[in-house]
Amino acid sequence: MITKRIIPCLDVKDGRVVKGVNFEGLREVASPVDLAKYYSSCGADELVFYDITASAEGRALFTDVLREAARSVFIPLTVGGGIRSVADFERVLSCGADKVSVNSGAIANPSIVKEAAQKYGNQCVVISADIKRVNGAFHVFAKGGREDTGLEAVSWIKRCVDEGAGEVVVNSMDTDGVKKGFDIELLKAVCAAVDVPVIASGGAGSIADFVTLFKEIPDIDAGLAASVFHFGEIAIADLKKELAKNGIPSRI
Amino acid sequence: MIAIVDYGVGNLFSLVSSLKKVGAETVVTSDRAVIERADKIILPGVGAFADAARKLRESGLGDVIKEQAAQGKPLMGVCLGMQMLFEKSYEYGCHEGLGLLRGDVVPMKGYIDEKLKIPHIGWNALRFVKDNPLFKHIKEGDYVYFVHSYFVSGCEDSLIADTEYGKPLTAAVAKGNVYGCQFHPEKSGDVGLKILQAFCEL
Repeated sequence: MITKRIIPCLDVKDGRVVKGVNFEGLREVASPVDLAKYYSSCGADELVFYDITASAEGRALFTDVLREAARSVFIPLTVGGGIRSVADFERVLSCGADKVSVNSGAIANPSIVKEAAQKYGNQCVVISADIKRVNGAFHVFAKGGREDTGLEAVSWIKRCVDEGAGEVVVNSMDTDGVKKGFDIELLKAVCAAVDVPVIASGGAGSIADFVTLFKEIPDIDAGLAASVFHFGEIAIADLKKELAKNGIPSRI
Repeated sequence: MIAIVDYGVGNLFSLVSSLKKVGAETVVTSDRAVIERADKIILPGVGAFADAARKLRESGLGDVIKEQAAQGKPLMGVCLGMQMLFEKSYEYGCHEGLGLLRGDVVPMKGYIDEKLKIPHIGWNALRFVKDNPLFKHIKEGDYVYFVHSYFVSGCEDSLIADTEYGKPLTAAVAKGNVYGCQFHPEKSGDVGLKILQAFCEL
C-alpha cells in the first residue's frame, strides 16, 4: 500500500532557510543542509527546496546548498523557485534535484511544462500553483503571490497536467499562514480534475489538520508544510504515528 | 570499484552520492575498458525505454554489459536500468531489452485498478518473495521509493520482492549475478542505503 507523504518545505534565500507568513515578514531559521538532514532522520518522505533568491549570487549559493543536501540526504528532493526555462531544469537536476517545480515560469511561458516533460519525463515536472479566491472563483497568482493572473485555477492545473506535469502542488493563499487547516474545498476541486498526485500546501497548524486532510480527501497524496515543522510545533515522527493510528498509510 | 554505466540517461548525482555514503568507490563511465576492470556494474536509467535501449545498443555498452554479466560480474539495474535487463518492453511500441532476465515490461494502465494513479509515485512496502543477499540488512515491510508507470511482468524465475499497488508489482529481481530494483535505492533513505551496501558486499 502506497503511503501518504509528509513533505517539509524549505524556503531558501541566500543559502539560508526562511519562512514567510502569508508571504510577508521573512524569518531566518537554520542551515538548509542541516535542516534537510534533520528532517530526513525524523521520517520526512521528501523535501522541497524553494529558492526565493532573486540575485545571481543567491542562485549560486542555492545550487551549492542543493548539491550539499543531495550528497547527504537520500530521499527525493524537489526544487522550485526561479524556474523559467528548460536550462533552469538542467541547472538544478545536475545538482541532485529529482523533481522540479515550476510556478510563475509556467504562467509566463506555458510551453516549458511540455518541453521539460518531454526531455526529463513527466515524473520530473511538478506544477505548483498559488491560489486565492477572488469574487468566489479560484485564481492563480504569480510572482510569489503578488500578482493575480486572472487564470481560473482548476482549469490551469488541468491544462498543465495535460501538457505533461506529473505532480501538482496546490498552495492555498487563503489558508497559508493561518494554521487552521488545509483548504479542503480547493483541494477536492483539484483532485476531481486531475489524475496525477496532488500535494496539499498551506494551512497546516496541527497534527489533526493532516488527519482531516487525508480522511476528507482520500485522493490527496501528500501534505506539505514549513513553519509548523521548522518551529517544532509538529514533530514529523508524532504526526506519522497519529496518521497510522487513524488508519492512514504512513511510512514509519 | 563499481562502474556506473553512463549512457546519457538520467541523473547520476544521487546514485554516486549514495554509494559513496556506504563506502563504495565508484566511477561513472561509458568506457568499455573501465567497465571490464570494475568489480561490479550498476545500470541506472530514467526516462523512456526505447530511447535508453537505443543508446545502449548504439554505444555498444549493451554488449559490454551482457559480456560482463555472462562472466559472472555482479550487475544491478535500477529503475529503468532494471527494466533494460529484460527481454522486451511494450512502452510505446515493442522494444528489445538486453534479455539477461526472462520477462517483459508492460504498462500499469489496464492492469491495476483504474482509480489508482499512474505513475506509481511514493513510498511503498517490500514483500519478499525469495530470500536474497540483497535483503540481508533490511526486513520485509520496509519502505522504498518508487516512480514508474511500467512494470516487469512474467519474471517469476527472478522475482525476489514485490509491492502492493492495487495488485502486486515487481519490486526487485535477482538471478545468479544479475540484480534489479524497480524502486530507487538511492532515494529510499536508510533502507535504500542498506540495499546498496548489500550489493557492494556481494
